[in-house]
Amino acid sequence: MRNVRWLSERGALRLWRRPAWLPDAALRLSIVLFVLIGGFVMVRRALPVAMKDREVQVTAAMEREQAREVTYAGASACGDCHEDKALLKKDGYHRNLSCETCHGPAAAHIANPTEIKPPAPRDRQFCPTCHAYDLSRPMGFPQINPITHNPVKPCIACHEAHDPKPPSVPGECRACHGEIARTKEISPHALLECTTCHTVPEAHKVTPHSILPTKPTTRDFCGGCHGTESKAVGVPKVDVKTHGEKYLCWQCHYPHMPELHRREVQR
Amino acid sequence: MNRRHFLRQLLTPLVGAISGWIFGIRPAQGSTPEGEPPRSYGMGIDIEKCIGCGSCMTACIAENNVPQPFYYRTWVERYAVKHDGEVVVQLISKDGQPVRDELNERSVLRSFYVPKLCNHCEHPPCVQVCPVGATFQSPEGVVLVDDQRCIGCRYCIQACPYGARYLHPATMTADKCTFCYHRLAKDLLPACVEVCPTQARVFGDLESTASPLTRLIRMNKIHVLKDHLNTEPKVFYANLDGEVR
Repeated sequence: MRNVRWLSERGALRLWRRPAWLPDAALRLSIVLFVLIGGFVMVRRALPVAMKDREVQVTAAMEREQAREVTYAGASACGDCHEDKALLKKDGYHRNLSCETCHGPAAAHIANPTEIKPPAPRDRQFCPTCHAYDLSRPMGFPQINPITHNPVKPCIACHEAHDPKPPSVPGECRACHGEIARTKEISPHALLECTTCHTVPEAHKVTPHSILPTKPTTRDFCGGCHGTESKAVGVPKVDVKTHGEKYLCWQCHYPHMPELHRREVQR
Repeated sequence: MNRRHFLRQLLTPLVGAISGWIFGIRPAQGSTPEGEPPRSYGMGIDIEKCIGCGSCMTACIAENNVPQPFYYRTWVERYAVKHDGEVVVQLISKDGQPVRDELNERSVLRSFYVPKLCNHCEHPPCVQVCPVGATFQSPEGVVLVDDQRCIGCRYCIQACPYGARYLHPATMTADKCTFCYHRLAKDLLPACVEVCPTQARVFGDLESTASPLTRLIRMNKIHVLKDHLNTEPKVFYANLDGEVR
């Protein structure tokens, strides 16, 4: 404003003289407003569209995100070259596993098959990632105790990882009752045969649904080992006459995985 | 923190928001851009199938260059409910080894694994709070971060009820699970779903009539995390325990 006065004093603004009805303050205010609004409009026009339009921003961000490189090539990529392994895996227990679950990301290998090779885990460290006993895992998931399960031997010595099976065909009970067998295997009852508690008629193997094995029916059956009068060693004992009131043993305890003396298995 | 520092921290986003408003850089309105969404993606997680191997975490880190250690876009928690009712939640490490210290396994009544990730909410609190509109929902309902707009103010990290976001230590912008948006564009599954050995994770279009995801939602009792917040998560859990928070 000092400049306005300075200019007008020197006759520069004489071309246009402020009319008497327009107060000096209003003139100054309108100059300020003019500069502000003009500045706003100019800055607004000068801004690139990408800074103003949300659509553009969002589209650009999505395109950037979509353009990112893929590291894992996907389940269907490997079979094109490794047909033998794909065929082997197709009907096995590992059929739903992606190759890259064990072999790691393979997109680089597909781009450059000769120089970049995905790792094949062959030692004893890898398989226990999934198959070591862990009480938080779902019951029946095939688990082993890595310390006691054929120490030192690499897993692939007995199991073909693409079509994993027990080294011998499961016979007897576990051929059908695999989930129970695997559960029992890691329980304190691991060393008991199925026939310790169940009597299995030979015909059960032929007509499994109509001829059933026996199940224990009384408390005294469990009491044979777990009663106070029993001579069994290292077994938790209770007075079967009074323990548990009206309930039968298996209404509280799950015999294939009794909850007491859960072993802590370390990897 | 002195007063000058505090005021600067307080006023910077404010000045940013005001100038953004003046110059028409508008924040997100919590709505998807115009047009019919082509798909609506969701994930299903069956707790009964999760073995806590950590393959998903490893795959996510490799696929998305997640800074290590400390940061995860998806992670697996081990819930251990003790006999006395106390619930212990542990993060498992990415090689599948649970962090087991200070927990007597014999005191555990039941335990299980819970994989977690961004729930890609239908009403995402993180999108609502972003002062610069850097986080938004894609037409498919995937919540994404525009790392060129993000000013690193951390509001969204605070606002997420699922703890799914972190500040990327290199770019200093918010970072999170994208449902592997770049893989979906190439018709691939998200990396965590791809590698899950037990199919505990399934992925698909929620509007499809038959997909692994719709089957899971159809055949199981389904829960979502923090239902009461009305965020409408799109990660659906089957066989979820009531103790899971």
